[in-house]
Amino acid sequence: MAVIEPLDLDTTASLVDPGKAPKRSSRGRLIWIRLRSTPRFWIGVTVVALMIIWAIIGLWFTHWSPTDQDLINSRTGPSGSHWFGTDDIGQDIYAETVVGLRKSLAIGLIAGPLSTLLSAFVGSFAGYVGGKADSVISWFINLLLVVPAFFLLVLISPLLKDKAWVALIFFIAAFTWMVMAQVIRAQTKSLRDRDFVKAARFMGVGTFTILRRHIVPNVASLLIIDATLGVVYAIIAETSLSYFGFGIQPPQVSLGTLLADGTSAATTRPWVFLFPAGVLILLLFAVSLIGDALRDAVDPTSGATRG
Amino acid sequence: MIVYLIRRFINYAILSMIATVMAYVLACLALDPKARYLGRNPRPSDEAINHILNRLGTNPDDPILSRTMHWFTQIIFHGNFGQEYNYTSVSHDMFVRSGVSLQLLLLGSFLGAFFGVALGVWGAVRQYKASDQIVTYSSYLVLATPVFVLGVLLMIVATNFNNAVGHQVIQFTGQYTPGLNGTWNILQDRVSHLFLPTLALSMFGAAEYSRYQRNAMLDVLSADYIRTARSKGRTRGAAMVRHGVRVALIPMSTYFAYSFGTLIAGSTFLEKVFSWHGMGEFALDSIIKNDINATAASIFYVSVLVLISSTLAEVLYAALDPRVRI
Repeated sequence: MAVIEPLDLDTTASLVDPGKAPKRSSRGRLIWIRLRSTPRFWIGVTVVALMIIWAIIGLWFTHWSPTDQDLINSRTGPSGSHWFGTDDIGQDIYAETVVGLRKSLAIGLIAGPLSTLLSAFVGSFAGYVGGKADSVISWFINLLLVVPAFFLLVLISPLLKDKAWVALIFFIAAFTWMVMAQVIRAQTKSLRDRDFVKAARFMGVGTFTILRRHIVPNVASLLIIDATLGVVYAIIAETSLSYFGFGIQPPQVSLGTLLADGTSAATTRPWVFLFPAGVLILLLFAVSLIGDALRDAVDPTSGATRG
Repeated sequence: MIVYLIRRFINYAILSMIATVMAYVLACLALDPKARYLGRNPRPSDEAINHILNRLGTNPDDPILSRTMHWFTQIIFHGNFGQEYNYTSVSHDMFVRSGVSLQLLLLGSFLGAFFGVALGVWGAVRQYKASDQIVTYSSYLVLATPVFVLGVLLMIVATNFNNAVGHQVIQFTGQYTPGLNGTWNILQDRVSHLFLPTLALSMFGAAEYSRYQRNAMLDVLSADYIRTARSKGRTRGAAMVRHGVRVALIPMSTYFAYSFGTLIAGSTFLEKVFSWHGMGEFALDSIIKNDINATAASIFYVSVLVLISSTLAEVLYAALDPRVRI
């Protein structure tokens, strides 16, 4: 495929540079090639990207702000002025949805990967070090798994009430890392006795350097999938908490509080519920499509692409 | 084998006991029982507040350790979970409410598991066909819908259905209509109330399980023993069920236990949405009311459910996989 120019030795040398050639068929590149040809991936990415752009610039298209009260047109359905209709006190559902989406997106996009980071750290450490530390950590993980994370989050939510909503991000991440940490721990245990890890250990490389350079890159594909699906879990956690009054507190708006406000009128004036719900479902569906496509690309023997 | 199961059970029991005690400590730290009285107008005197809180054993001025010890010994030696903020017995409320919750939870998770397994097997057998794609994408769609949104969406559909038919066929508030007579009427009423929350919970369960069952089934379908079963004369259906589904269920049994926690959380949302007075509602309300005893008791209830489901999963695993039994 390279253009052969026998006279110019320098270019030929760089074209067949042995250092560069194997990189082309590296694992990351292989995954990317598989991913590139999956329509699901592109649909998911496009929808999520559009949602993010919409959350940023969505308010430019309406002259209502989320706190405006258009009392003359309260309780009206979708119209030219209020695209998604209005609620009891004339607040514009479109503007509120955009602002709510911003908060839910921010929480999901930060809390999901953060929880993955935590599980990578704890899981690989426990699996690599082994012994007493490992037993203590796995016992602790099992203890946290006895009570479903949602109940723990609800239980500590009173501590959150007077804090900024950003605190919710860390609380969600702090209670959703356990299952993935167990998976990473099991993977690390099988990697620990592989030759390349042993070689590094015998050369005197420190524990955390080995984890960072040799263990974590080998479970990276798992982590990427988990971070993607973690976005879904984090957004569901946030909306569920806020819906029942334990997360984002009014007057702050998130998709969860918006849905809570809309529920009482959902059967009589469906637009107050259906528009925020539709936006939420579309976002979560798109993110799970990306996660699913990633899973197939990383492990072609699993799921939909198996021959 | 029995010894192994008993050991696992004891292990889980100790874990849930510790989790409950830690939940009590956490509740003491997070909840402020005094807040319930300080906001009143006129504000009760400090003596009155302290008297009430001392009687409940939840006075934040006492050290947490001694409160925890007191609470724990009461449970261990008297089976007494203390009193709620209005002096009703927590144990009594827990007994009545868990009956309500378990109805929904057991029916929902059983139907969810059944349809999840059925859809997963069906999807795997018909891999890549249109029906498989429809099942896969609808399960993603259901999973992308938080359970409480699913509940409200079903409510909207049911309202339209009721309007179309002309009378309330599907009920969606509460567990039953009070003051009905006649066994048949009461039964009919219960079913029409149970329908929507059960449908929501089992849809959620089925969507989740079907994805895992499909993967597990695909692993099994290409195995040699299926071909052997076919070649010794078993029909396709019999080979699938006796040799395929049974083997594919083995990894699923662990997964059932893992995901039971999400189902408990899901049924909690649905109790709130459909105004059922069960344990889920109890848990959320007692946290809002800063009721430490009731909160800790509901966490205890959840951890016992997780304990039972984990043990059942081990038993199911042993029943399906002869290798464990040795």
